Amino acid sequence: MTALELRRVSKDYGEGPAEVHALRDIDLSVEAGALVAVMGPSGSGKSTLLTIAGSLEDPTSGEVLIGGTALSGMSRNDKARLRRRSIGYVFQDFNLLAGLTAAENVALPLELDGIAARKARVTSMATLEELGLADRASRFPDELSGGERQRVAIARAVVGERRLLLTDEPTGALDSANGEAVMRLVRAACKRGVAGVVVTHDAQLASWADRVVFLRDGRVADQTSPPPGPESLLASGPRQAPGTGQ
Amino acid sequence: MSVRHALLALLSEGPKYGLQLREEFEARTGEVWPLNVGQVYTTLQRLERDGLVESDDAGEDGPQKGFRITADGAQELAGWLRTPPDLSSPPRDELVIKVLVAMRLPGVDVHEVVQVHRKYLVELMQEWTRLKEDEADYDLPLALAVDAELFRLDSVIRWLDSADGRLRRAAGDPPGRAASPVPMPMPRLRRKAGVRR
Ligand SMILES: Nc1ncnc2c1ncn2[C@@H]1O[C@H](COP(=O)(O)OP(=O)(O)OP(=O)(O)O)[C@@H](O)[C@H]1O
Ligand SMILES: [Mg+2]
Repeated sequence: MTALELRRVSKDYGEGPAEVHALRDIDLSVEAGALVAVMGPSGSGKSTLLTIAGSLEDPTSGEVLIGGTALSGMSRNDKARLRRRSIGYVFQDFNLLAGLTAAENVALPLELDGIAARKARVTSMATLEELGLADRASRFPDELSGGERQRVAIARAVVGERRLLLTDEPTGALDSANGEAVMRLVRAACKRGVAGVVVTHDAQLASWADRVVFLRDGRVADQTSPPPGPESLLASGPRQAPGTGQ
Repeated sequence: MSVRHALLALLSEGPKYGLQLREEFEARTGEVWPLNVGQVYTTLQRLERDGLVESDDAGEDGPQKGFRITADGAQELAGWLRTPPDLSSPPRDELVIKVLVAMRLPGVDVHEVVQVHRKYLVELMQEWTRLKEDEADYDLPLALAVDAELFRLDSVIRWLDSADGRLRRAAGDPPGRAASPVPMPMPRLRRKAGVRR
């Protein structure tokens, strides 16, 4: 099933000489269970793509479908419910609620879904534990390091019955061991059937994805072919990358 | 890594027989030690001659002979561990040259050339990451080796990204130095960059 589909999506900001074509004719579909990475230089439209895919902004033209349903045909309420229930977001600036502890922040989307507080708490703790944050659970966001806040935001995005996970530079403040823990969690969510989109500059992060899409000036400039699977590496030994070796 | 140091490393775990050394050597070859297993027995003889290992009495050579590392051998291994490997020859040499050539060739879009390599490298990284994802929980040496490969490929991609940006900025600059680059013979560039061969 196609969990997310963008059809000829364009987004312009501003008018006249100040007009910016942030996205131009983007076609993209992400199947349930797949992880797609979006790479590209600063200003190429990655965050714009993510906010439009997450129905936080409307495209100037084109159509966004989530789970096969066009967003343009949905009521405000339906969209709000879709965002709350089905989509997990991690933004460049985390967006944690300052008045709630780490564990409460993670449990919040579950409670909003009507899950009993006690059960939500258990799930929240288990997810925090996977990210090495069990002993930080009762701290408030301003008592956490940048990398810890980032991981709490990830935990909040993956809990519950999400169908779509949208993350913008989810490991920016993390060292590589914690970055890997985050990507393993994202992959685990995808194995449960969640469709994931990871926006990043970081090739190591992108390499966890099934497919990597390269954005350039608001267009899809290129994308990787599906990986052949690890056997090919072991069978032939490390291949020579272009220009890396003599 | 030489066969010598590989054997010293195995023996520093405890005394071992010739055959055992050969087998353990073979088991780890390909993973971290891509070496020739045929050299195991002759290398053991030489290590003994040099006083870096010692064997059980004067028993006949062969698979059943036992070996252990000497104090000198342990010192040799410790010295090897701390000797920096030769990183002086640049690993991305050829790619740098391709980009330098592409930026001057008429009718060639250097950014397209950069993207061809970027995509190839990302695909390669996807393969390594998939391997790590599947195996790393059970195989620590493999995870470490895969990480090293990922960091190496990542640094090549980062160079491509920076070259891409630098070329774009240069093209956007008003005509002058950046827009019409002086021909730069490769050998001069090499000398300037202090690159040794
Ligand atoms: N609200 C806005 N109003 C006007 N222009 C905007 C707005 N949001 C984004 N842009 C412009 O749209 C383009 C794409 O921005 P976007 O944030 O999607 O880039 P990005 O690829 O996420 O970059 P980065 O890697 O720096 O986060 C940029 O030129 C940006 O200046
Ligand atoms: Mg962005």
